[in-house]
Order: sequence, then C-alpha cells, then structure tokens
Amino acid sequence: MKPDSPFREIDPETDRVTVRFGSSELSLPRGENLAGALLVAGVMPFRHTPLSGAPRGPFCMMGACYDCLVEIDGINRQACMLQVTEGLQIERPSINRAIKGAGNA
Amino acid sequence: MHSADLIVIGAGPAGMSAARRAAGSGLSVLLLDEQPTPGGQIYRDVDRASKTRGAILGSDFTDGRALTRGLAHENITHLRGAVVWQIEEATRVNFTRNGKAELAEGRRILLATGALERPMPVPGWTLPGVMTAGAAQIMLKQSDIACERAVLVGSGPLLYLVATQMVRAGVPPLALVETQTKADLARSLRHLGGALRGWPYLLKGLRMLWELRRAGITRHVGASDIAVEGDRNASGVTFRVGGIGHRIACDTVLLHHGVVPNTQAARSIDIPHRWDDAQGCFAPECDEWGRTAVSTVFIAGDGAGIGGARAAALAGEISALEIARDLGRMTEEERDAEARPLRSGLGAERAARPFIDSAYPPYPGALAPADDTIVCRCEEVTAGDIRRTAGLGCLGPNQAKAFVRAGMGPCQGRYCGLSVTRILSDMNGIPPDATGYYRIRPPLKPVTLGEIAALAEHETVEVGK
Repeated sequence: MKPDSPFREIDPETDRVTVRFGSSELSLPRGENLAGALLVAGVMPFRHTPLSGAPRGPFCMMGACYDCLVEIDGINRQACMLQVTEGLQIERPSINRAIKGAGNA
Repeated sequence: MHSADLIVIGAGPAGMSAARRAAGSGLSVLLLDEQPTPGGQIYRDVDRASKTRGAILGSDFTDGRALTRGLAHENITHLRGAVVWQIEEATRVNFTRNGKAELAEGRRILLATGALERPMPVPGWTLPGVMTAGAAQIMLKQSDIACERAVLVGSGPLLYLVATQMVRAGVPPLALVETQTKADLARSLRHLGGALRGWPYLLKGLRMLWELRRAGITRHVGASDIAVEGDRNASGVTFRVGGIGHRIACDTVLLHHGVVPNTQAARSIDIPHRWDDAQGCFAPECDEWGRTAVSTVFIAGDGAGIGGARAAALAGEISALEIARDLGRMTEEERDAEARPLRSGLGAERAARPFIDSAYPPYPGALAPADDTIVCRCEEVTAGDIRRTAGLGCLGPNQAKAFVRAGMGPCQGRYCGLSVTRILSDMNGIPPDATGYYRIRPPLKPVTLGEIAALAEHETVEVGK
C-alpha cells in the first residue's frame, strides 16, 4: 500500500484478496467497492482522457460520471460500480480505446 | 422475461417505500437497482454499516434500515446489480445483470432514480483528488474510507453533514470554503415561517455548525473566485473572501452546491420537464400522485424535485397508492384516506425547503464559469467553447452538442447538461425552458453487444405470486 494516498480505511478490513492493477499487485479488502479500495491502495490516476490525455480519478462514486473507468477483461467498466473479487486483472484503459464499451450510442 | 404489476427503478427511499406499499396492496413488484445492496445513495449499504460507522453517520442514516427491512415481502422481487438501459413502450424495461441483458414487463413503472450532485465547474475540478462531497460520504457509508487533508467547497447542508461525519470519524476536514453570502441569508429570511414549521431541520443545522465550531474547523463564508490547483493531482484551493485572496494546501477537494433531479430515464421516454427557478434545475412534470404525461409511468422522490430522503419515502407511498387504485386494488376513497396522513407529512417535510434553497443557493461562479473552465468533463469542452456556439447561432444544447461534442461522452450529459443550458440561456437571453436540454437516448448506461446477445427469449417468470 502506498503511504501517500489521502484516502484511508478507518477500520481496515482483514479479509483481503490479491488483484493486479497494471504491473502492480495489490491486496484489497474482499467485497468492498473497487474504486474506493483502489484509492486507498494509492492508485491514481485511474485513466487518462482520450482527448488531451489528462489524468482522471473517481469523482461521483455513484456510477454517473465515468471518470473511474478501468479496463477489466478488455471491457471498460466503472470501478465504483464493482466489488473487489479475488484475481481481478485491471488495466488503465489505453487512450485510443478509452471509450470502448462506454460510449454513447 | 420478468413480469410484474409494477416495476420500480431505484432502491432508494422513494423506491423502497413505494415497493412496500404497493406490495402491501396486493401488487406484484419488481424492484430494479444498480447497487449490490438496497438504500440508494442516502442509505447506501445501510444494512452492512457497523455500530461504529452508524455512530459516525448518525441516526438519519441508520433510520434507512426500516425501509430496507420493508423489502422482505412475498410480493417484492428485488434484483440487485440491475443496470437499466432502456424503457420501451412505457411498459418494458431492459437491464443488464451479471453480464447479461434481461427484459421485464410491468403494467406500471415507477421511476425512483433520485438525485445527482449539481455540476460545479470551477477551474481544476477535473483533477484527480477532486470529488463531490456526496462521493466522500458514499465512501464513508459503504467502505469506511475517509478523505484526508480535505477541503469542502460550495454551499448547503450536505457540506456541514459531511464535515461533521468526518470530524466524528477522526479525519476532520482542513476547512470549509462556503459560497453563500450574507445577502443570501437576508433573502432567505422571508421564508423563515416555513423554516420554523420545518424546525427539526433548522435544529439539525445549528447542531452541526456547533459541532464544527467545537472541533475548531475554519469556515470561510462568502467565498468567490474558487479554483483548484494542481498538476497531476489536486494540491490546493484558492479563493477570495471580501477582496482578500486565500490559498489552502490540501490533498482532496470535495465539491457540493446542491443536488438536482436525475432525469435521464424520464427524458429518455420523452416525459415533459419544466425549469424550476427556485431550485435552479429541470424537473419532470408530474401530478400530485407522481403520474407523468406517459400514463403508465410515475416518478417519486428527488427525481421529481428535490425534497430529501423523508419526503421521498412519503412520495413513494403516495404514488404506490394511486398505482394500486389504477390497477383496481383499492377504491378512490381508500386511496385518499390512506394518502391523507402521508400528504400532511410531506407538507411538513417540504416546509423548510424554500428557506434552505434560498440560504444556500448554487455558487454563481460555477453557474457562469470562466471561458477556459471545462464544463463537459468527458469531452473536455470549456464554457468558452459553449459560448462560441451561441455566437454561431446555437439556441439549445442539442445544436451545441453537434458543434462541440458537449454531452456526447460516456456520462451522457449528467455532469454538464445543466451548465450548458444555463450558459446558452444567458448568452442568448432565452429562458432555460425555451433553451431546453439534451435529448437523452437509450442506452442510458453502456451495454455491450455480448450482453444484448444474451437477451434470449426466456420463459416468462411471474414475479411475486
């Protein structure tokens, strides 16, 4: 866990699982909100915008803003709408694919 | 395919209370909600909250358990993690659950989709480390996570609530930067009569302010020229109070200047909306039972106009009564008799609202952002870009969208729509109602082709009975 994250679990969950974010291995609390768990683990930014490449991280935490998009199994998903499960393989969405699976019709 | 008398979309206070009341009247109810547990945002994950967390968040939060308990009724089927992306023919609902699309048919539909934070475009608001105050509260409610070295920025009771909860959690904010002014307070005093009728809310407000003072939290009131500084992350907030510039170094910035109805689902089926000047937002047109111009579709709770959690729960029940009458489960007299105490409760809940709305108006600097401030977060469109479209003759948001892509990103305008309407309205001198809003089209949430492919014709599942 990176010590410089400004997000802190008040009462750390002891039941933890291992997930991968890019090349790093993280120990996250099982069943907790994925976006929140990644923030506590010091992950930031979550993605870069497809236009200017600006860094972004969770903003609304309720599935409305799409700034917490991460790539799981090749699909861009909202981290704030997912729960931590064992063995998740998470990637930062590559910029030119950043709206794949999350674009407007 | 699922089939029910009533499909309720959203398991917040309005949706939960409506589901229970309708079920109690003999209707089969299918409750669809995106989250893994019921509660909506206000009662997020309330069933799982520990005793300590309950103490931090207070009884206004843990009270939500009465509503989640009410869902244990044989006529209610609650599908968790159900993301609604389309409503068809005003009776059919498409949603995705566990990676598969599903279809539900209901004789009536109740939209209980709640509220969103009012967009607060200030310089730097897209930086990592900047979140809504609601987001900070959601993390505290659901995951026991606190934001350290935080500054709360904006106006409204939620700022005080989040601040006091952070104090109780042992992670107090560095400061509050509040945008309401003494003139706002003076204007709000003409609503004092209503405020006194809604005295429990006033008392709660005073208690929170007292708690913040006792904790030594600095409040900068009447702030303007607010900007978030930072390169890769938020590193500070700058603002002016009474002509004097301030800078607070921090790691997180929590923005809030009110909440607005989440109208995406209602707009996607062309329910008419009107501009509410007092609340500075669009709200769907509903009658006193929450019925819309689409006769099979009702709306209850903050999605119909901001009133708060308790008002939402009462409105949900009121809609459920009319739906039960409509489907022949009760007479008009029975409906009216049962609705009477609910309506009187609703009146009391709403009494303090005009006072709160005028004492804590939206931050003017975010309603008319500087030209270089990003308004559409997804497509990185600035306020100046929108103003230039007005110069090119764009009268409404849909034209502006075609010119500069504002509202075309994944959030589908949720966090820029009101800003774009307001900027065009100001530029063109045309009221917001005539300026209009984005045309919202399905899918309301992203859905993959694979998920749709899984939408095979299934045997009809009768819900509830």
